[in-house]
Amino acid sequence: MRPADVHTKPHPLYPTDEQPSAAVPAPLIHVNNLSLHYGDRPAFQDVTLSIGPGGITALVGPSGCGKTSFLTALNRLTDLIPGCRVTGEIRIENLDVLAPQTDVIRLRRLVGMIFQKPNPFPLSIQNNLSFPLREHGLRDPVQIAHTTETVLQGVGLWDEVKDRLDSPALALSGGQQQRLCIARALALSPAVLLMDEPCSALDPLSSGLVEDLIVNLRGRYMVVIVTHNLAQARRIADAAAFFWVQDGTGRLIETGTARQLFEAPRDALTAAYISGMRG
Amino acid sequence: MAEASSPTHQAREWLASILVWGTAALVTATFCWLLGDIVWHGLSHLSWTFLTTSPESAGRRGGIGPILVSTLLILGVCLTVSLPIGVGTAILLAEFTSDHSLFGRMTRRSLDVLAGVPSIVFGLFGNAFFCKTLGLGFSILSGGLTLACMVLPILIRSTEEGFRAVPANYRLSAAALGLSRTTTLVHLLLPAAVPGLLVGLILGIGRAIAETAALIFTSGYVDRMPESLLDSGRALSIHIFDLSMNVSGGDANAYASTLVLVILLLAINGTAAWLAERGLHRRIVTV
Repeated sequence: MRPADVHTKPHPLYPTDEQPSAAVPAPLIHVNNLSLHYGDRPAFQDVTLSIGPGGITALVGPSGCGKTSFLTALNRLTDLIPGCRVTGEIRIENLDVLAPQTDVIRLRRLVGMIFQKPNPFPLSIQNNLSFPLREHGLRDPVQIAHTTETVLQGVGLWDEVKDRLDSPALALSGGQQQRLCIARALALSPAVLLMDEPCSALDPLSSGLVEDLIVNLRGRYMVVIVTHNLAQARRIADAAAFFWVQDGTGRLIETGTARQLFEAPRDALTAAYISGMRG
Repeated sequence: MAEASSPTHQAREWLASILVWGTAALVTATFCWLLGDIVWHGLSHLSWTFLTTSPESAGRRGGIGPILVSTLLILGVCLTVSLPIGVGTAILLAEFTSDHSLFGRMTRRSLDVLAGVPSIVFGLFGNAFFCKTLGLGFSILSGGLTLACMVLPILIRSTEEGFRAVPANYRLSAAALGLSRTTTLVHLLLPAAVPGLLVGLILGIGRAIAETAALIFTSGYVDRMPESLLDSGRALSIHIFDLSMNVSGGDANAYASTLVLVILLLAINGTAAWLAERGLHRRIVTV
């Protein structure tokens, strides 16, 4: 069983015409002239970029170049930050992300997010998965149990936790917590998964497990991952975008396939960063 | 480490230990002495009859039945009014108001000032507003509402701290899962803020149940059994004050009443802690 199997039968979470399925190519993200300010301070400016379809896109660059801010603009988590202003255009599938009338709840169902630090809710393992499902209208206990097993299998956690689904999620190890968070996001059948350095707070072994999991998601979900770990980006990414700080604000310097960006960068800055001479 | 074993160094260590332990012992001893005195003098007069019968001869004889009922009614009115307003305001301040907004700063500053206002001022305000302006007269309702005003600042501020202590990543991860703010508030933030609420509640109840000055002007000191919330009723603390200051020969019953007050306070605090703990474990499972 894999998480995408959830979609093969009518899923009550989605109206049937909206169901993403393996047959439909993953959506495109179009970003046009995007800028983000915290108060008067710009985090990044004039980013124009297209992502997808499918595959894993890595956003790389030094700290403070606006990668994480860029990620949070995609699912409008920026709404939660007082004084944060986003201008420009983002389109995901047919959704005009920044339009005021856009239903952010629907957007965030479509675009899941994994954070740097694993952040399961202080609930049981089971409730971490069933609470969001119930809130999105899935009431049938059989369906919930089915989805729980499917997504936990999908992240390789089922065998480790199937006998203690009612124990606290916070008692799991860091790596298990992160995989639970990924399962929690997958349970809502998103089309896009945003990952903000999902491995950097984990020990090497757990980090490896989560990395393998991300590779496994390729093709079924569109993954956009921020990472400081260039070796990891090189290992897993299909496409890459390189950010850099210029004049006190983040700028997108170069995009391309991962191979092209890492092996034959066009920009001198990229080349210097990749080779470890700068950043 | 030659210095570590030198005599002066050792003497200083000893002195520090004695000071630290001595202070702790002094505080504990004061509390034990107080409690011991109350138990010693009060326990012999404490009985079921004392708790259920009416006071006689200005309280020298008889029990504290009506006074106990009035006290609990006043406390009930106080909590019924202050809990929803308190939690509501705390949510507004912690979740929907930015730290730097004028509204937030003004409200917090006002609450901090109110928390430090002497209770007699609350009593006079209650008398002027609830008893006279609203025409509630000397009544349990006036007393309870006055206490609610007094308790609210503490309750709001500590509940607000409870909300602020909830890690920000709960809010972010909930939002990222497409959960609404209301859902997040009810299912995640509120249960996680319960410890803060509880601290406020215990401090508030402690302040309310021991209050004398604010109640003399509002709920009055009639020691009959109250028939409704609009009746005047004498609170336990006022009864104790009256017995020990105004009634000669009332000392024995004053001690017994004090013991009841202390037991009541401990029981309410214990119950609140127990309920919160139970509620918390049903909703929130931590390690």
